[in-house]
Amino acid sequence: MINMEQSGKSLISLEELSKGEILELLRHASEFEKEPNRKILDGKVVATLFFEPSTRTRLSFETAVNRLGGRIIGFSDASTTSSTKGESLKDTIMMVSNYADLIIMRHYLEGAARYASEISPVPIINAGDGANQHPSQTMLDLYSIQKTQGRLDNLNIYLVGDLKFGRTVHSMLIAMRYFNPTFHFIAPNELKMPNIYKEFCKEHNMKFYEHSELSKEAIADADILYMTRVQKERFTDLMEYERVKDTFILRNDMLTDTKPNLRILHPLPRVNEIEQDIDTNPKAYYFQQAKNGLYVREALICNALNML
Amino acid sequence: MEKSTKSELLVAALENGTVIDHIPSDKVFSVVNLLGLNNIHKPITVGANLSSKKMGSKGIIKIADHYFTDSEVNKLSLIAPNIVLNTIKNYEVADKHTISMPDEIKGIVKCANPKCITNHEPMSTRFAVVDKVNGVLRCNYCNKEISIEEIKLL
Repeated sequence: MINMEQSGKSLISLEELSKGEILELLRHASEFEKEPNRKILDGKVVATLFFEPSTRTRLSFETAVNRLGGRIIGFSDASTTSSTKGESLKDTIMMVSNYADLIIMRHYLEGAARYASEISPVPIINAGDGANQHPSQTMLDLYSIQKTQGRLDNLNIYLVGDLKFGRTVHSMLIAMRYFNPTFHFIAPNELKMPNIYKEFCKEHNMKFYEHSELSKEAIADADILYMTRVQKERFTDLMEYERVKDTFILRNDMLTDTKPNLRILHPLPRVNEIEQDIDTNPKAYYFQQAKNGLYVREALICNALNML
Repeated sequence: MEKSTKSELLVAALENGTVIDHIPSDKVFSVVNLLGLNNIHKPITVGANLSSKKMGSKGIIKIADHYFTDSEVNKLSLIAPNIVLNTIKNYEVADKHTISMPDEIKGIVKCANPKCITNHEPMSTRFAVVDKVNGVLRCNYCNKEISIEEIKLL
């Protein structure tokens, strides 16, 4: 390893945060929501290295840096960088860490952020590494749950759609282990929650129920309905896709008998899994959820730089 | 100490070196390959399908005037967890221990996930041993779990 003494704290995975640390970060995020524009990063340079394009995440992080008064260097597409010339990730990180106080990176390879944090003299925030981790997304999901429900404990959380490959739903399980949730997994057979995560729930005494259909009855007790995209390319059996593709769509009439405190979350981008007319339903929360990402990322950036 | 078995006699015949005992018979040649014994230019005796009270059938390898490092020994735990390693000095067993799987394995095993960073960067792999009984490793980088049957060594 090259950096024995990294300045600041990297954030690679939510698994390494304690319950206290999570709650503390959420508290700071709510402070940033009250006052998002603060010049506390004056004189700091933050690098956003997006080896894989992700407009939403990059804009959210870059807005957070701007609102904190920091400056940004970086790239949004690795095809314009030396990695196309065969430069290793290590060399890119070593070079950029000469210039920046913090590196926020998205990479298509799994474990890239962990490796970067081992070699970099400046802290790394993982903005997504392949199908592995995306901790800032999970933090903004938790923030949105806490904000809309007034608490994180003892909630009925319904995860819908692609539970097999969906990185956000897996991270949600891991993060919620401190808060005694009851989960309901609603997915087509091909995209069911993998056993390894069901085992994780059992190990941590989290109750869960599985459903193969999204219906009015199935969601009646939900506090949080977390929708994800069912993608055609995930199916090995296209007949199965054709059969289920319209059954995992949330329609406005399904919401009539749901609990008043129910809120619908979605990591976005949405395609057709939430009908457009739900957008004006007060239970729809996905756009505010994305906005919450700004406050959460302001907290994560300041935390990484030891400035909280 | 029991001294009646044939393998013990073979051990006694070595002045200095290493005796690797209790190798499952079908893993004898994997041990030869893993330790790169074909590159060691010292007298080596390889025995397979020897009778064993404990195992029914076992293999044994004697290497004269050669000792192994910890990381070489670690490799063996990945193919056969109960191998016994004897260090012989002056015809005496100076050290005898069963190889056990370490808590962490560095730089020996290749990650099975083609999208793992370790398969793309000039770096060392690292695995946590999450289940020593069934032999399950978890990559420190991509978090994918691999079982001992499917591992490939670097």
